[in-house]
Amino acid sequence: MSAPSLVIAVPSKGRLKEKAAELFDAAGFTLRVKGHERGYRGQLDGLPDVAVEYTSAAEIVHQLRSGRVHLGITGEDLVRETVHDVDERIAFLTPLGFGHADVVVAVPECWLDVSRMADLEDVAEQFARNHGRGLRVATKYMNLTRRFFAQKGVTGYRIVESVGATEATPATGTSELIVDITSTGTTLKANHLKVLEDGLILRSQAHLLASKRAAWDARAETLRDTILRALSA
Amino acid sequence: MTAESAKAFEALEGQARDLVGLFGRAGYEFVAPAILQPASVFLDQIGEQVRARSYVFTDLAGEELCLRPDLTVPVSRLYLERHPQADAEARYCYNGPAFRFQPLGPSATHPREFRQAGVECFGASDKAAAEVEVLRLATDAVRSAGLSGFRLRFGDIALFYALVDALDLPERWRLKLRHYFWRPPSFHALLDKLAKGERIAPNGLVTALSDQLAGKDQAEAEDVVSAYLDAQGIPLAGNRTLREITARLLDQTADLYAATLPKEVATVIEYFLAVSAAPREAVDRIAMVAHGAGLDIDAALGVAARRFDLLEEAGIDLTAATFATEFGRKLEYYSGLVFQIEAPGMDETEPVAGGGRYDNLLTALGAPRPVPAVGSAIHTERLLAAVGRASS
Repeated sequence: MSAPSLVIAVPSKGRLKEKAAELFDAAGFTLRVKGHERGYRGQLDGLPDVAVEYTSAAEIVHQLRSGRVHLGITGEDLVRETVHDVDERIAFLTPLGFGHADVVVAVPECWLDVSRMADLEDVAEQFARNHGRGLRVATKYMNLTRRFFAQKGVTGYRIVESVGATEATPATGTSELIVDITSTGTTLKANHLKVLEDGLILRSQAHLLASKRAAWDARAETLRDTILRALSA
Repeated sequence: MTAESAKAFEALEGQARDLVGLFGRAGYEFVAPAILQPASVFLDQIGEQVRARSYVFTDLAGEELCLRPDLTVPVSRLYLERHPQADAEARYCYNGPAFRFQPLGPSATHPREFRQAGVECFGASDKAAAEVEVLRLATDAVRSAGLSGFRLRFGDIALFYALVDALDLPERWRLKLRHYFWRPPSFHALLDKLAKGERIAPNGLVTALSDQLAGKDQAEAEDVVSAYLDAQGIPLAGNRTLREITARLLDQTADLYAATLPKEVATVIEYFLAVSAAPREAVDRIAMVAHGAGLDIDAALGVAARRFDLLEEAGIDLTAATFATEFGRKLEYYSGLVFQIEAPGMDETEPVAGGGRYDNLLTALGAPRPVPAVGSAIHTERLLAAVGRASS
């Protein structure tokens, strides 16, 4: 078979995978997995020269960044977290209306004296005086956190990397506060955490993204426009 | 730069041998602390901005490590390993690599891997004498490497603390000013706010609780807060204690009822921070600012003035020196004198050497008692470049 004119990466599991499949279905380009059901390659009905690659949401960001794929579907949070020179590397073509998640700063509900980011620097000062160290922020979003805190003038903290159950870390004592995603707020509430008034870092959802570093020829551009029109309809 | 050419490396090594030899003859023992350091030591003491400038990584056992971004902290840790009681006087010197991420990309004057040669003096109780000794060594060292016509720049963090202590302020504002001093953008925002007489608006909850909290002492207030948490079904979770949460609520309540900070206070601080002049002239100007506001910081000024006398007696030329009150606001572990040596034709942001007093660092690293400490490090690539430039 000849080389595909365009490669698109879509999430290989979970809600993002299902939602992406539904979207293509509704647009008239049904996604088909090649070979057996758990294969990692696929095709779009009606667009035979488009190759579909199933891969993890995080890997899609790297593929787009390096230009190994033309298009990709993944969450804005991952793109902004992973790619520091995002404007030179990746174009946001259209939001897709699913995969909604807010990246927020949350503190224990019992911190009655804290409601805004500005409070954190004061708390950090007090905490350092009493405990001999800065506040610990648990998160998997190290870069988003660092950028947002710098922008808000908060410096007396350090990040502890957390890849799962971040919301439990303040209560277990491995962090003082967290930066995490929330969609309904239920998990935060259940863990007695509250979001700071100005603690919204990013309102994220899944996007159709284009790599600025991929090899774009006329055919690839036509296919991109076709897919973009279909998915934004 | 470093190690990228054998010739450059040899030149650096030769220079380093001479520097370390000079330090050794002055009674400083050569030490070689670990290059890999636990990241937490740096992150806890200097904060997250260090991570942005450091090579931090997690090893296979899950331990968070960093390539040392400077040698002062590693040498301080080595002192504490040798003297856990922190009860000995010790003088160490070193030469070795340090690593810093350069956000604009590595360059000749801002390499990501560079070699520092320096001295650290721990436990010397005559602080002025120790400062003169270290400064003398630093200037002798760069001069022996062939540098001439360099300028000295001084600052003194203790003067700012003395000024804040002398101001008529509630303690909570004093703590705030001391803390924000190290964060110049936030500091200026805070001063601006205070100068305009703006109140720092409390959150809704504080306003709601303030009636119950006004006039209460800490213990009574803790009962109020505890009862409120119970009633709301909010557990007291995490490392911050009821005492800490309540203390801040009381501060916020006090702010709600307090008069705003007098404009003059912000003005005095701004005048103070604007002083930058030849050392003696600077001391006089600071004295004028303080006396004009009716503040007595003569003791701290006396220490600064006497230090300059001693430096001159030790043969250090201060005619081209600058004393700037703003200087030294970058590394939070400095506690008093800060200084740097600038080579001709090189700018303030690329000193060939720097150092200062850091009396609070060792307790932060676990020393059971405060240890007076002062040191200086030479940026050896810059020194070599500066000497090379002057001779070519």
